[in-house]
Amino acid sequence: MAKYKEKAMEYVFLATACISILAVALICFFLFANGVPAMKEIGFADFLLGVEWRPSNDVYGIFPMILGSIYVTAGAIVIGVPIGLLTAVFMARYCPAKLYKIFKPGIELLAGIPSVVYGFFGMVVIVPFIRQNVGGNGSSIMAASVLLGLMILPTVISQSEASIRAVPESYYEGSLALGATHERSVFCSILPAAKSGIFAGIILGIGRAIGETMAVIMVAGNQARMPQGILQGVRTLTANIVIEMGYAQGLHREALIATGVVLFVFILIINLSFSIVKMRGERT
Amino acid sequence: MAAFDSNVENVEDIMPEDMEAINKETFKDRLASYRRTPGSFLVMLLVVIAAGITAAALIFLVGYILVNGVPYLSASLFSWTYTSDNVSLMPALINTVIMAFMSLLMAVPFGIGAAIYLVEYASKGNKLVKVVRITAETLTGIPSIVYGLFGMLFFVTALHWRYSILSGACTLAIMVLPVILRTTEEALLAVPDSFREGSFGLGAGKLRTIFRIILPSAVPGILSGIILSTGRIVGETAALIYTAGTVAAIPSDVFSSGRTLAVHMYVLSNEGLHVNEAYATAVVLLVLVIAINALSSFLAKKVQKS
Repeated sequence: MAKYKEKAMEYVFLATACISILAVALICFFLFANGVPAMKEIGFADFLLGVEWRPSNDVYGIFPMILGSIYVTAGAIVIGVPIGLLTAVFMARYCPAKLYKIFKPGIELLAGIPSVVYGFFGMVVIVPFIRQNVGGNGSSIMAASVLLGLMILPTVISQSEASIRAVPESYYEGSLALGATHERSVFCSILPAAKSGIFAGIILGIGRAIGETMAVIMVAGNQARMPQGILQGVRTLTANIVIEMGYAQGLHREALIATGVVLFVFILIINLSFSIVKMRGERT
Repeated sequence: MAAFDSNVENVEDIMPEDMEAINKETFKDRLASYRRTPGSFLVMLLVVIAAGITAAALIFLVGYILVNGVPYLSASLFSWTYTSDNVSLMPALINTVIMAFMSLLMAVPFGIGAAIYLVEYASKGNKLVKVVRITAETLTGIPSIVYGLFGMLFFVTALHWRYSILSGACTLAIMVLPVILRTTEEALLAVPDSFREGSFGLGAGKLRTIFRIILPSAVPGILSGIILSTGRIVGETAALIYTAGTVAAIPSDVFSSGRTLAVHMYVLSNEGLHVNEAYATAVVLLVLVIAINALSSFLAKKVQKS
């Protein structure tokens, strides 16, 4: 009897382990089954490369949104990665233990703040600031980039910090013994050794930035047209889905789901490159 | 040698605290070193500035919202029913609790069960384990709006659950599953093998070992993962708008729609009519998240100590 119970429970655990496989399969199936037919109906090239998005005329080109997502993400990388990487260096190599005790939970909090709160902050602080000091009406690629740069900080910092800490101390000591300064030791011998972990962190940050929805909607302006400059409004793939899904019908609705499919494929590619970079780092 | 002798007669008289450690760098040494290498000084400055920016951004964000929001935390904001006048956040708060509870109820057993299989049963190099790991990692990377789309297509449309608490909770359960899976896995791996061997040695079976020995000692780690998931559920918006809907009322059953606090916050700030109340809602949301974070890191610390 006990033996059967043991065996049965093993299968129960096995079944629970398979849930995540089932979930991914279901997500893929439902997204592709609902999105791909719409893409076919619109025409793959017209859908992906079309520069006009006018649902009222049945014109569905998401190229502006693809570009929008890429621009906003690139902006976030430009702002978030240097600051994040240097902060990680600070935390791993400069920070006194006492300060670290405050800094680390702070970074965790930064990761835990909900994206609506970030978005609200962007709406009431960053957007007006840009409107008054830089120009345009504020809701722009720039506002979204700054906000997303801030939002990817914790991802970049914690991944980079972990990989910097994983470098053997002898690298640092050896460099120091050869007469290099603290800075040169850190930047010329530790950072190169932590390279793959840092890249993995950056890729994770890209994934977060490209998938971010609510915060971007609240600061990016969301005009469905080709991006026209850093101070002009832009619509991302994620924003496109949330803004129009509420009232979309028929082909329009399916086109939005297809937008989700494009986003999903982007994320899968990013995930894949993350695993490859991480695996390469583990091998060396 | 003679000069040395004139100062100290006996070498043993030199106390350790009198000696300046040769590898200790004083602030003055450091300054001198930076004067020799201005490049290093510049880099050091950049690092400190970057850390300063990060710290300032966090403090400014939290401070700004607290300062602007706390004065508007009024009693009417916490009244039981929502009207477009008082924009009460109470129903949303209750919905958040219900939503968190329901999603965890679904995600926790599956997450823990899967982790048990991966750690305790699967043999090394098992193909299935690899697939589970990859899919769990994929789930972690999927943005919440894609979960929202899936939830809308599957739970809301295909299963005809409409915009409901149940649809939302199921969607979120899938979303937090990998978090619980990973943290539980780490907690189980941290249990020393001697525990297992001791239990087997006393004649206990595998199941008894797992439920009586391994799981109890992994509880703090598992709890910290659950709390982390709660944080994600509380802050989630994009996955809920088109699964749980945005009705601002306490739901009568699991098949009726209800907005959580984060969705409430989004709707408020999007309408732009109640900015002050939006600040106050942000304060409540922020305080919730800070409390959840503190609890989670407290438990994580407990794991490290034991």
